[in-house]
Amino acid sequence: MSYPQPFVDKPQRTDVLLVSPWLAPIVWEGTFNRDILNAQYRQKNFVVGVATFAVKKYVRFIEGFLGSANKFFLSGHRVNFYLFTDHPEKVPSINLAPEKRLFIIPVQNYSRWQDISMNRMDIISNHIHSHWRYEVDYLYSMDIDVQMFEHIGVEIIDTLVGTISSWQYTKPRDSNSYERHPESRAAIPHGEGDFYYAASFYGGSVSEVYKLTTACFKGVTEDRANGIEAKWHEESHLNKYLLYHKPTRLLSPEYYWDEELIRPRIIRVKRLSSVRKDLQELERLTLLLGGLRELLVPCSSLDSLVSFFFCREAKCVL
Amino acid sequence: MFICDLNQDLNSSHQRYSKAKTLSSGLWKSFLNLKSFLFSYFSFRMIYTKPQILKRSDVLMMTPWFAPIVWEGTYNSEILNEQFRQRNVTVGLTVFAIKKYVVFLKTFLETAETYFMVGHRVNYYIFTDRPEEVPKVALKEGRNVVVLQVQNYPRWQEISMRRMEMLSYFSQQRFINEVSYLVCVDVDMKFNDQVGVEILSDLFGTLHPGFYTAERRSFTYEHRPASQAYVPSDEGDFYYAGGFFGGTVTEVYKLTKKCHEAIMVDKANGIEAIWQEESHLNKYFLYHKPTKILSPEYLWDDNLGRPEILKKRRFLAVPKNHAAIRNK
Repeated sequence: MSYPQPFVDKPQRTDVLLVSPWLAPIVWEGTFNRDILNAQYRQKNFVVGVATFAVKKYVRFIEGFLGSANKFFLSGHRVNFYLFTDHPEKVPSINLAPEKRLFIIPVQNYSRWQDISMNRMDIISNHIHSHWRYEVDYLYSMDIDVQMFEHIGVEIIDTLVGTISSWQYTKPRDSNSYERHPESRAAIPHGEGDFYYAASFYGGSVSEVYKLTTACFKGVTEDRANGIEAKWHEESHLNKYLLYHKPTRLLSPEYYWDEELIRPRIIRVKRLSSVRKDLQELERLTLLLGGLRELLVPCSSLDSLVSFFFCREAKCVL
Repeated sequence: MFICDLNQDLNSSHQRYSKAKTLSSGLWKSFLNLKSFLFSYFSFRMIYTKPQILKRSDVLMMTPWFAPIVWEGTYNSEILNEQFRQRNVTVGLTVFAIKKYVVFLKTFLETAETYFMVGHRVNYYIFTDRPEEVPKVALKEGRNVVVLQVQNYPRWQEISMRRMEMLSYFSQQRFINEVSYLVCVDVDMKFNDQVGVEILSDLFGTLHPGFYTAERRSFTYEHRPASQAYVPSDEGDFYYAGGFFGGTVTEVYKLTKKCHEAIMVDKANGIEAIWQEESHLNKYFLYHKPTKILSPEYLWDDNLGRPEILKKRRFLAVPKNHAAIRNK
């Protein structure tokens, strides 16, 4: 294979931290050669699983998620998408690439979205234990309300992988949104902490993710029994776990960028981004525009104007 | 301007990530100022006691295949020591003292006691044809010396290359049951500074001190296609030193077995690679890339001076009279 020589006295990037203090690589654009990584990965014939949840109104994000993941997520490699939903009938049919498979798994919903969110850990750990450990080598948990815009490849594959939160990657340790109440199992004392990890995208080998999800859900359950809920729900528990079981690879905020933030220069690529979720407003708007289309006499210019607004606002769903 | 949106409806059930903060331009400047980020990040208070600036902007810290390159100032020993102590890891340090090379053992072992994997369990595996000449050195707790008697050979090149055979044999027979990691080094060296668990990984090699800034065309790879160690002139990542490599026992077994087999094939074809087993090691590392690389801090010769880039000299060549010591 032919590629440029890496030079010891010429670092790829000097604007960001490339390696954690425990020597885990941090994945940033410009620091890796995907061809080398693909060549190493292909020899091993791994299968990667992705667990994602589309419960209640979140079903509307499925198409955007699967469509963009089909194009950009581990392109050319085997992936099993495990889609948990309480509305299996609403899952749109998507033409997936031949090496990608979709499994739709019915799941119950809960009245509180926080409960839906936190119970994901339990569901994932149960499924690993019952059959995923035989089906996949690596497993990633991702939020459904995201879209991918750039390739996310085998650079994410490692034993235990966390993504640095796009909200918190420059903040000093004490202002991180860790849970601080000592009664919670997710509590991290002041003065401790490496990074703040986003619960929207984490993963690793099946056995490591099993350990992580089991430990986190145990924390959630114990908190519930004590009548306490961590500040950022399962994300708080995830951060506690990853502080004391350090990830072997970290993904920069390129790998989960919150769409509400303006992207600074050090984030050269936005690979995966959350999708705007002001759903109530969106619903009102679509109803209004839909009504307008019905009421008005078909008129080419007005019709196209209405279509323009309809599509522009609907874009945030896709 | 990097501004977090203030006016989010915090009661909305769909707003999971509402964080109400405004950033003034002064604060924004400090956000972009990595020094203040690093300082606040690295002001250790509880678990990590020593503040350090853990980033180097003058060196490559990671290869394009995500193998960290270990330099002073890039890692935190306390975190790493804690991780390895939890696993109760035992490290095997292998060294060959054949014929007159036994004379290097005393300094080697004494300095290893001071600097090598301090606080962890260590087995020193000393391959020698003169077991009675292995010096008695006071060892700390959890550390043992194991003397393995082996044959010698007339030519020093042969002795050097046969290390691969002996390592692969003993890895399978013995080391796999006794240690988690193997570190294979030359004996005509002394430890001068900390060499700890930061080096441990599935498979690691060390940048040769003579070539770490060289272009690939000046690497002294074997360039004759007739040899099993042949590397085409437009290929190559780094030039690795034959005097310091290692990894898990399984990975070291695979490496040493492959190199030994390649050496034997060359022998049958009447060719010897230009730098003996080091040439075969370099071929192996090109096509089975190491998961961690040690900077030249880990294998240095003071005859090469003290460049700015080298903040520590951890493992140094001991001056020797080549003519006197080899082939005797």
